[in-house]
Amino acid sequence: MSGVWRAFISLVQRDLLLAYRHRGELINPLLFFMIVVTLFPLGVSPEDSLLRTLAPGVIWIAALLAALFSLESMFRSDFDDGALEQMALSPQPLPVLVLAKVLAHWLVSGLPMLMMAPLLALFLAMPATGIRALELTLLVGTPLLSLIGSIGVALTVGMRRGGVLLTLLVLPLYIPVLIFATTAVTAAMAGLPYDGQIYFLAALLALAMTLSPFATAAALRISLS
Amino acid sequence: MWNAIKLFFHKLASPRHFYRIAGWLIPWLAALTLILLGAGLFLGLFVAPPDYQQGQSYRIIFVHVPSAWMSLFVYTFMAVLSAIYLIWNIKLADVMVRSSALLGASFTFLALSTGSLWGKPMWGAWWVWDARLTSELILLFLYMGYLALVSAIEDPRTAARAGSVLILVGVVNIPIIHYSVEWWSTLHQGPTVTKLDKPSIHLSMLIPLLLMAGAFQLYYFTVALMRARVEVLDRERRSDWAKEILAG
Repeated sequence: MSGVWRAFISLVQRDLLLAYRHRGELINPLLFFMIVVTLFPLGVSPEDSLLRTLAPGVIWIAALLAALFSLESMFRSDFDDGALEQMALSPQPLPVLVLAKVLAHWLVSGLPMLMMAPLLALFLAMPATGIRALELTLLVGTPLLSLIGSIGVALTVGMRRGGVLLTLLVLPLYIPVLIFATTAVTAAMAGLPYDGQIYFLAALLALAMTLSPFATAAALRISLS
Repeated sequence: MWNAIKLFFHKLASPRHFYRIAGWLIPWLAALTLILLGAGLFLGLFVAPPDYQQGQSYRIIFVHVPSAWMSLFVYTFMAVLSAIYLIWNIKLADVMVRSSALLGASFTFLALSTGSLWGKPMWGAWWVWDARLTSELILLFLYMGYLALVSAIEDPRTAARAGSVLILVGVVNIPIIHYSVEWWSTLHQGPTVTKLDKPSIHLSMLIPLLLMAGAFQLYYFTVALMRARVEVLDRERRSDWAKEILAG
């Protein structure tokens, strides 16, 4: 096993262990996700047909916001206790380590959202075909959110009040994901094929996976300097 | 010849010479801007015939289209300069990026507001969720994000580097955002100037449009250089040459 691969695996393991030790914090973005979705029927109308048309957008926007809130924790504690500096100094390439951290972050934030989404879809009266498409878009889309978001977090990690700024930086970049995901779900609910949108999302994921770790690593070095 | 060009660029990269060269360029650029603006406005407002469908109200394109072009040009230019700054660490590249950002945002805002003014009589609404309008709005958000980021970081060098990374990330995303939005919905009329075979705009309207585009371009360089000069002076205020200028 090569050194880079071992570093990748052990960093993922370490982050997962850390997340497991603070289980309480993991629940918060999920609760947020759920509460935001619940507000829509209360605020708009509990009528089934209306909820069904709104459902893809509502669930995806709630997922975007929940992902955004969970992002902040990606580098924060490592930045505060100096572990991030050690990673930057380590002989392993920083982009690989970044990718490991993003993967760990997705496993504890994106994946639970994926599991909770069908429940929320039922709240919003979504048909089964829509739920399948929703799950598929979340499966491809949420890693994308973590990858794009990591650049924004890396740029703002050194700031005391980076939260609102992070939203400003990252949300415009999330727009293509939102568009492709929601049109896919809407198409599925209308009984239309939605492979095209999924392929687009997958292409974006491939692009983000290859490029964003470098941008994140560069941004982290700037924040650390 | 080659050496002279190289020397010119080396000089341009030094704050002191930049200050001098920019100071020399600005009056010329300003004069050219005024000439082109005058000619463009005259031809556009008085000479060009009214449109057979849209009447007089189409004339707003002489402001709208150049500002939309500039909003994209400025962002691209900022991205090139950001790359130059990150790769060769030339301070002046960042000075230009910083002084361009607000101008780019203003061009974007101008394009959006003139488009909105034109949309009310033509489409019957101030705002429609058309693809190009939406991507222009997102471009405005990207400019705002850059401005927010660099103003939030106190250390000028960190701010410059973080801003450059953000601009480069943005420029990779702009085509993706543009095409995803385009795919999502479109109502805006198709391109009329850049069609390869034959532009579908009449020459009497094309000439003022291009004159106005030239005027906007030169206006941008004039004001960006003016802002950059002040910025250079501010950053170099502890050096001898800047003290001399500030004292005199």
